[in-house]
Amino acid sequence: MLEIKNLVVEIEGTRILNGLDLTVNNGEIAAIMGPNGSGKSTLSYVVAGKEEYEVLDGEIILDGQNVLEMEPSERAAAGVFLAFQYPLEIPGVATMTFLKAALNAQRKSRGEAELTTPDFIKRVNAAAQQLEIPKDMLKRALNVGFSGGEKKRMEILQMALLEPRFCILDETDSGLDIDALRIAAEGVNALRSPDRSFLVITHYQRLLNYIVPDSVHVMAGGKIVKSGGKELALELEANGYADYKAQEAA
Amino acid sequence: MPAVQETIDRVKEIDVDQYKYGFETIIEMEKAPKGLNEDIIRFISAKKEEPEWMLEWRLDAYRRWLTMQEPDWARVSYPKIDFNDIYYYAAPKSNEAPKSLDEVDPEILKTYEKLGIPLREQEMLAGIAPENRVAVDAVFDSVSVATTFKKELAEAGVIFCSISEAVREYPELVQKYLGTVVPKSDNYYAALNSAVFTDGSFVYVPPGVRCPMELSTYFRINEKNTGQFERTLIIADEGAYVSYLEGCTAPQRDENQLHAAVVELVTLDEAEIKYSTVQNWYPGDAQGKGGIYNFVTKRGDCRGKNSVITWTQVETGSAITWKYPSCILRGDGSRGEFYSIAVSNGRQQIDSGTKMIHLGKNTTSRIISKGISAGHSENTYRGLVSAHRKASNSRNFTNCDSLLIGNNCGAHTVPYIESKNASAVFEHEATTSKISEDQLFYCMQRGLDEEEAVALIVNGFVKDVLQKLPMEFAVEAQKLISISLEGSVG
Ligand SMILES: Nc1ncnc2c1ncn2[C@@H]1O[C@H](COP(=O)(O)OP(=O)(O)O)[C@@H](O)[C@H]1O
Ligand SMILES: [Mg+2]
Repeated sequence: MLEIKNLVVEIEGTRILNGLDLTVNNGEIAAIMGPNGSGKSTLSYVVAGKEEYEVLDGEIILDGQNVLEMEPSERAAAGVFLAFQYPLEIPGVATMTFLKAALNAQRKSRGEAELTTPDFIKRVNAAAQQLEIPKDMLKRALNVGFSGGEKKRMEILQMALLEPRFCILDETDSGLDIDALRIAAEGVNALRSPDRSFLVITHYQRLLNYIVPDSVHVMAGGKIVKSGGKELALELEANGYADYKAQEAA
Repeated sequence: MPAVQETIDRVKEIDVDQYKYGFETIIEMEKAPKGLNEDIIRFISAKKEEPEWMLEWRLDAYRRWLTMQEPDWARVSYPKIDFNDIYYYAAPKSNEAPKSLDEVDPEILKTYEKLGIPLREQEMLAGIAPENRVAVDAVFDSVSVATTFKKELAEAGVIFCSISEAVREYPELVQKYLGTVVPKSDNYYAALNSAVFTDGSFVYVPPGVRCPMELSTYFRINEKNTGQFERTLIIADEGAYVSYLEGCTAPQRDENQLHAAVVELVTLDEAEIKYSTVQNWYPGDAQGKGGIYNFVTKRGDCRGKNSVITWTQVETGSAITWKYPSCILRGDGSRGEFYSIAVSNGRQQIDSGTKMIHLGKNTTSRIISKGISAGHSENTYRGLVSAHRKASNSRNFTNCDSLLIGNNCGAHTVPYIESKNASAVFEHEATTSKISEDQLFYCMQRGLDEEEAVALIVNGFVKDVLQKLPMEFAVEAQKLISISLEGSVG
């Protein structure tokens, strides 16, 4: 379970998150929707531990652990995974090499043995097949020259491989065509489990037809301004964010 | 077992010698005063029991050196060197040598540990005074291994000995080749080296012989205190092959601040020399104080047709590096290769690269240079590719990549291209990139800590060159690169 209480965050002196509260239970899929610039990516970066954000107040608790005191790599080992809105390119590092380094680093910090190479390859291949990622791509440098859609699918592949407890998907749907969206969503659905939670950040109701959320939260001006069930997404799709923007301005 | 008996005898012999002369006396006898003049050179030559021609050669080099100017074109800066404030022969190191590992810089020991170097070897590398080494089995080990190697080499007809020994034992070979690749007055440091060199290796591989081992293995165990002015000469006769690895991945203790080595390689028809270097001299402290100045002249002469010289270097140490391993492609169809990884951190300054001089027809060369700069360091690639009039159909491919870590370091690429033959084709590619905070965060989000993230990205950057090193050293060099970049971020 992830609990965020009264989170206040600044970057370079600008307040971005303004007392945000959010709880995501085990097994829950929570969707966050909200206008551009409302602080959705900031929230995901702060949970993952990006350095330049200054947390002025509040707490983030994952399964009873104080996440804010942990290094990004420790958070990853504790099960925090972020599928980036803009995945980074890592030139010269073959995707396979990267995946193995990441998986083994996490296992090591949890005190588990390294995976043997055949075991590792088996797991990667299974995940790649499900996400329709050609094996060739795994030999190429991570994300270098990948299309937008390929990068997003590669994020899901990493998620499948690392088996995190808490997954954040930051606009994984943007830039995906309808087939790619379906494949990615199926990948996510396959990972649903009673002890894994998801925070799905999106602009569009469309994704939520494939990944059906348990709760939907509207974010505006750096906090959650409305929460509801999956029908809230449909309502947003029909009316847009105008109401919430007005609210923010008021 | 005879090998063991031999070893025991050798150990006894060494002990007896040490007893007989006594350590202090040796120091007294071997000590020459600071400074440089003709008498010092005569002293060195006499100590080495050199023939007259060698002395004359040294004196000639010295006289030329006196007329030369210290070069200032490299992108490095350092206080003026007082050449009369240096010991040129057997500086009395040993009485300052640490008595045990407890007296060695803990940073150096940490590196040994990370590299997985056994304790006995650590003592040797750290320059622990021999009388204090927990020696017996260390000596045992190196003596017996060395003896086995010597035998195997002799059976193949390969000559591998110190340059001083070669001057005495193989004067015709030395006279025929010494200074023919790097002339005495080639440059300021080469001239200095020619006048005062005291140490170094000599290798001769006879026609048609493939040297039966990497000359590295032998070297690593035996090299304890490399000279300040090393002189190395390697000759591969027709159709011969040898792979030589200089240095050692472990940082070595040394009080000599100035190092000016000369390495000459000669390949005759169809011969091949692979020369690999892993250089990890002391880079100085965080402010850059106390590090080694490494001013080296390395050059290979592909004298025979279809011969090949490959330089592979991993440079992570020294405060200042001034080094351009080069190839003269004289024989038709000869090939020169230069693969380099130069890592600078802290206050290190590296100005390094290569020269590929195409003289013969159908000669080819390939340059792959990977520069990594971190901290407040400066890292310059300087390369010359030239084709002379007769070098028709010569080809060069150059690829120079620089990787920056952090905002306070510099990377520079200075290529020179000269072609006097219209059929020559030279290609040059260069890139500069930076490890961004975002890339590091991405890797850390996946579970790597910051140092692992840097190491992963850096390894990706250098892997093409690492693959050129002999296997066992590639692994160590990889670790070494990560170690030298520790603390480069954050
Ligand atoms: N480095 C930064 N410096 C200043 N402002 C920033 C920085 N990064 C993001 N912001 C601002 O923070 C706000 C929230 O951005 P973001 O979290 O990316 O929003 P969203 O993902 O909801 O579109 C935006 O107004 C953006 O301009
Ligand atoms: Mg965003």
